[in-house]
Amino acid sequence: MDHRPQAWGRPRDDVYGAYDASFMNPNGPNQATQSPIVTGTSVVAIKFSEGVVIAADNLASYGSLARFTDVKRLRTFADSTVIGFGGDVSDMQYLDRHLTSLAIDESYSAPSLDSDAGGPPKARLNAANLHKYLAKLLYARRSKFDPLWNHLLVAGLDDDDKPFLAAADLLGTTFSAPSLATGFGSMLAQPIMRRFAPDEEAAARLTREQAVDVVKQCMKVLFYRDARSLDSYSIAVVTKDGVDLKENEKLENQSWAFAERIRGYGTQTA
Amino acid sequence: MAAMFSQNPVMNGPNYSFSDAPRTANGEFREHRFNPYSDNGGSTLAIAGADFTIVAGDTRSTSGYSINSRYTPKVFKIGGTTSSQDDATILLSVVGFAADGEALRDRLDAICKIYRYRHGKPMSVTACAKRLSTILYQKRFFPYYVHAILGGLDEEGKGAVFSYDPVGSYEREQCRAGGAAASLITPFLDNQVNFKNQYVPGSGTGHDLKEREVVPLVRRDAEILVKDAFDGAVERHIEVGDGLQMMTITKDGIEEVLLPLKRD
Amino acid sequence: MFRNNYDNDSVTFSPQGRIFQIEYAAEAVKQGSVVVGLVSKTHAVLVAVKRNAEELSSYQKKLFAVDEHAGIAIAGLTSDARVLSNFMKQQCLGHRMTYGRSMPLRTLVDLIGEKAQMNTQVYGKRPYGVGLLVAGVDETGPHLFEFQPSGMTEEMSAFAIGARSQMARTYLERNVESFADCSREELVRHGLLALRESLVQDRELTVDNTSIAIVGLEEPADAEKTKKKTLRPFQLLDGQDVKEWIDASNVPAEGEGEQSGDGDRMNVDE
Repeated sequence: MDHRPQAWGRPRDDVYGAYDASFMNPNGPNQATQSPIVTGTSVVAIKFSEGVVIAADNLASYGSLARFTDVKRLRTFADSTVIGFGGDVSDMQYLDRHLTSLAIDESYSAPSLDSDAGGPPKARLNAANLHKYLAKLLYARRSKFDPLWNHLLVAGLDDDDKPFLAAADLLGTTFSAPSLATGFGSMLAQPIMRRFAPDEEAAARLTREQAVDVVKQCMKVLFYRDARSLDSYSIAVVTKDGVDLKENEKLENQSWAFAERIRGYGTQTA
Repeated sequence: MAAMFSQNPVMNGPNYSFSDAPRTANGEFREHRFNPYSDNGGSTLAIAGADFTIVAGDTRSTSGYSINSRYTPKVFKIGGTTSSQDDATILLSVVGFAADGEALRDRLDAICKIYRYRHGKPMSVTACAKRLSTILYQKRFFPYYVHAILGGLDEEGKGAVFSYDPVGSYEREQCRAGGAAASLITPFLDNQVNFKNQYVPGSGTGHDLKEREVVPLVRRDAEILVKDAFDGAVERHIEVGDGLQMMTITKDGIEEVLLPLKRD
Repeated sequence: MFRNNYDNDSVTFSPQGRIFQIEYAAEAVKQGSVVVGLVSKTHAVLVAVKRNAEELSSYQKKLFAVDEHAGIAIAGLTSDARVLSNFMKQQCLGHRMTYGRSMPLRTLVDLIGEKAQMNTQVYGKRPYGVGLLVAGVDETGPHLFEFQPSGMTEEMSAFAIGARSQMARTYLERNVESFADCSREELVRHGLLALRESLVQDRELTVDNTSIAIVGLEEPADAEKTKKKTLRPFQLLDGQDVKEWIDASNVPAEGEGEQSGDGDRMNVDE
């Protein structure tokens, strides 16, 4: 029997097994989560003459289970920027809280900012600033080997009130183009969008209706072919007049007629 | 089920999936882990002339077989007093992992600005070159995954090109191509800039042949060479294309030109 | 009598509720030579009188750029000013790196205010012995702020600090209505005239002892492309560059009001 003070009240090792002391070592090696758990799929966006259209479906998948069908992956900040998140949903929620508090802090320093010609008050942090900040944040996390497992699109206007659209991912990689899509969208939706906006000049000639139409078309194709997608989605149009966000859109004019012709896995016809 | 017929050399024939999973040399299971790097493709080129330096890079950003964007600049002006870099005197090009490239640019630019505050004058290219080497080596054990090239005019006004490996080893050179198509462009430069394997016709036979004399290139010729080099690279390398960003630095400042390249 | 009992450190109040160390620090500001700042709708200007300790030494620099869009004028302990200005430069650089924009003036000034106040409330520290005029342009236009050793920061349309600055302030108060619509040249002229008020009887503004700094919004070179005014970066003028400005201020403008009344000046300290 061990009567020493360090054993007082301690269950016996030979009866209950030894303690797992690893939890008491705060300085030992730690490992951050290596893969995303609950995930969102593609985000698609395209610039047009006056702003940007961005859309993402309302599904959060748990592996192959379509677990949460009301998740809003388009988030608005400071009434001026929309960020679409693909990838891990818990990291998306963390970023949402973080960026919201950033937007609130910014608004403290300009509480009574005059707006030009009666429009909404000018945001202090515009889309370009937010994107830069996010890119740095994501890069810093990846450099600590603890990434925020997201691939996101930032849509809004830049300092000169021109449409701004840029991507940032879990590695801190950023790029900007007239149309962008994450995840499966980069394979299925980008080719469609690039036909309408192959370069900046073509994008600047697109009207709002055309841009929304293209995006809706892309969402339909994604639902047809992305196995982790949903037919209910959110779509936002960002212009200098603010953000017009619709969160419960349903895909229209779907044609599943091709499904009747499919039997089995490929060449099987019975 | 696919694991049974995997081409993985460790697995010989059908096996139970877990008992013969791939292992590393130490005997540990080989696991997926977060890979902090990726390759965004692209290529860069820098040529130093007698009184100018050209630093050029394509503008395509790729991720595997996908194109991320057709316009993502890789060549940056460094060390100006204003954010528009109108009075910048140094050019930095970075190719490889784009996020590391931009992080390196930001760090170098901040250091050049602070140098200007402290010393009241812009940082010289040679000083910046040395400093960049130390910046890269500081991350020796988690490197900036980029091939960096620094361009500018040295203190005598002559063109200067410095090229780096990912951990800071550097050298001043006449010209250098970096990135995905470096191996396609470099031989072209050897022949057209340094006139390698070019001989004066009729100057003799065999070992008596005189080599063509190496003279510094005229700016216009160098610019045409750069475009030709990239056109060749674009033809044969999938990660290079879309646009050519060419910056030329002379004593009068930096001029930027954007030329189209094939988009296929 | 009581003044000397409660002035040992900045963490002691006097019975009247004063902290003498902070007040003494403000005295250090009054020892520095005068600096004047003023703002219009488009520009912010700082002008300063430089002093030299003796005939052979150089004149102490009073104006410093902190970023391309902002700069400071100092009065008081130069070494404390150096520390604060380095801090401001780092903050501006870091902010520009993170957000891709120039740091808003209010945010910057709040940071040094916070920093300075801490020195007045921690035992063993002493307040900063320097007062600043911070002038700059951010997305809400040109601003001028006063900074005092107590950590107080206040936005001003025009102000002066340093030795005999009350005379300059009187001039500024008399003319404050006209500043908002001044052109760049008129604003500098007012600044120099205000400065002149604070000079000792026999002193003049010369190319050796005068500094001017200007930052503002101006029409861009390609004015047809964009109506928006762009930033003309903070520009510091010394030596021969100030000659034309001083000469211009010597010539009375049309319809100029009375300058200083009589020649009475408070020659308290030299």
